[in-house]
Formats: sequence, C-alpha cells, structure tokens
Amino acid sequence: MNSMHDMGGMDGFGPVVAEADEPVFHAGWERRMFAIASALPYTVPYGDDHLRREIERIPPTDYLRLPYYAYWFHAIGRLLEEHGVFASAPFKPAGPSIKANEVDSAIQRGASTRMSAEGIVSRFAVGDRVKARNIHPKSHTRLPRYARGKAGTIERNHGVFSFADSNARGDGPQPHHLYTVVFTARELWGEEAAARDKLYLDLWGDYLEPA
Amino acid sequence: MTKPHSHDHDDHDSPHHDGGEEHRIALRVKALESLLIEKGLLDREALDKFVETYEKSIGPRNGARVVARAWTDPAFRERLLTSATPAIAELGYGGLQGENMVVVENTKAIHNVIVCTLCSCYPWPALGLPPVWYKSAPYRSRVVKDPRGVLAEFGLKIDPETEIRVWDSSAEIRYMVLPMRPQGTEGMSEEDLASLVTRDCMIGTARP
Repeated sequence: MNSMHDMGGMDGFGPVVAEADEPVFHAGWERRMFAIASALPYTVPYGDDHLRREIERIPPTDYLRLPYYAYWFHAIGRLLEEHGVFASAPFKPAGPSIKANEVDSAIQRGASTRMSAEGIVSRFAVGDRVKARNIHPKSHTRLPRYARGKAGTIERNHGVFSFADSNARGDGPQPHHLYTVVFTARELWGEEAAARDKLYLDLWGDYLEPA
Repeated sequence: MTKPHSHDHDDHDSPHHDGGEEHRIALRVKALESLLIEKGLLDREALDKFVETYEKSIGPRNGARVVARAWTDPAFRERLLTSATPAIAELGYGGLQGENMVVVENTKAIHNVIVCTLCSCYPWPALGLPPVWYKSAPYRSRVVKDPRGVLAEFGLKIDPETEIRVWDSSAEIRYMVLPMRPQGTEGMSEEDLASLVTRDCMIGTARP
C-alpha cells in the first residue's frame, strides 16, 4: 500500500542523527516487545510479511510519531485479533511455546523464505533489460514507489522465494524468482543525480516486465 | 531535558518521544506479555533468552571478525563475495535475518551502502539489531536519492570519480559491506584488524 513506510526518495525529514555508543535497546519495554515478537510465531501463525502488512496499516501521522518497537506492539495486537487469540472461542495454538533452551537453535535455524525452484521458470536472465510495473496495490508490496515504471537491468537471480505480496494477503506463498535489479541513479532521480551512481533493489519477477 | 548517557528511559523522558507516551506503551507491553504467558502462548524464560542473546552474543563484533578474516585469507574473501551465507557460517554466524546473505566489496572505484527503505531489514547474525538512525525516516528517505549528501553527514566524503552503489535490501536478501583494508595494517593480527571494523563500516556509512 502507498503509505508512510514507503519513504524512499522523500525530502524534509532533516539530517540523519546517529547516537554515539547506542545500546541495543533503549528501554525495558523495547526488550520485552522484541522478545514477544520473536517468540510468538511458534504459537500464533504469522510471519514477517504479516507483521509488515500491519505496520504499514498504522496511519501515516502515527507512523512518524511512534518509536520503532511501538510499531511491533500495534501490529502484533492486530495479528492477535485476526487469529482470534482474544475471541470467546478457545484459541488453538499453532504449536507449543518456544522454551529458553530452544532459543539458540531457533535463531541459528532461521526462517528462510527460500522455496524449491523446481518447476518455477525464471522469466528473466542476468543482463535482461526490465521495467518495474506501475502497480499500486492497496495491500502489502515490496515494490517501492520510487522504482515503479522505471527501467533497469537484471543483475542477479537469487532463486525462488515465497512472494511477500500474496503471502501477506493470505493467498499463500506463490513462489517467484527474486532478482537484484540495478537502476542508474539518473533513471530514478533525474539528471541531478551523479552520472555513475547506481541503486540495487531486490524485486520478485511478478513486479517486472521486459523493457 | 535529554540524558545522553542514560540508556534506559522507562522512568525518564526519552530523547526522542514524549515521556507520557513511553510510559503508556511500557505498561501496555507489560500487560500483553503477562496475558500471553497466562494463555500459555509465551514462556517468560524464553523471552529473557531472546533479549540476552541479542544484547550479549549477536552484534557487529561478529561481522567485524568476518571482515578481518576476508582481509587476511584471500580464499575466504573469494567465498564470502561469491557465496556469503556459507562463508559467514564458517565463523559460526547465521540464522534469523541472515538466512540469505550477500556481501558487497568496497574498492577505490566503488562505495557500497546498505538501506531498507520500506522497513528495517538488516543482517542480524553479522551486525546484530539495527541502530535507531538506520530505521529512521531521514536515513531511509534520503540515502537512496542523495547518498553523497547523507554520507557527508556521517563524515564520509566520496570522491566524485567513485561510483556509489546503494543497496535497498527490502526483500529476502540481507547485505553487508566488506570495507577496504586500511593502509599500514600489513603486520596486524586478524583479531587486531577486527577491532578496526565498526558497525557503520559494514553498513557503508563509515570507513575503517
């Protein structure tokens, strides 16, 4: 959706302010919120695509005002509601809650969204000229506004991954090839951009058409 | 008044946000945690373990060791640049938010910088959790359009002859920059070299 999170290329936010010797968390509630979000998918079946979808639904004025981990709080509240965790009917967990002695191996294992490439044909080859489609879905997408309608070149094929857009809509992973597409800075930002600068963006094949 | 040396803001005004709001959200997170534990959906000790791991074990020292290894072992550097995930795993790092890694190399001709314009994607196993500025609107909005201006704010002046490559890592791949080894470090041990590599060097907003 075209909301505040998709801010690449906007002006007016001022300088980047970096904190010296920044701690991992700034407050106790940030620690707990991070941990809740890390542990909860074992019992409530959601993934990053769903979490991001709900973060993007935070109204733009709130998005700019809230601290980062408050996004997670709001998004998880919505996901708990969606899965009926607080409904009158008893909630059936997806599995047992993760225990302390399982955390290290869970982190090591990760949660890759890579899927089998068998039978999934790549529509593009490295070096192909492509154009990002001019789409404006009202649901979750990972095609940033600044790249829509712009032409670039396939730099690399990363293989097949679960498709964020369909997964976030609840339509399943619908695996697609994921490509790095390189755009010249001038294609994206016009003649004022430095002639030699480039931007590399990872895009699923569904976002692309031949240029 | 902000407190630059106080890092916990539970009971203080945050430098970034209204203190009342911070207090309210702290209470609501606490209530959420209690409720989910009571329902059997979370285990308190597991939550403690997640926090401890990301505060104490997983951070930019991991990535710095990867960089130092690449500087001292040409065969490793080659593996890192062609197939980063298994190369990083050789040092024992991998997993959540680093399942599919790519490492991009800075040279005299090319300077790489990493961002996620859409949210906060970041290579956790190598760099830990991202700093606030990386997730902030000024960085996400501007580094794609004006990388030279943003890098100058970090004190990095990029030669006009150098090509800047901005990597917007907003899908399933996580990126890390392999910085250039500084001159005059020829005799240094791998461990000493690692101490030269900061988090920002591996995002591309600093040089060692």
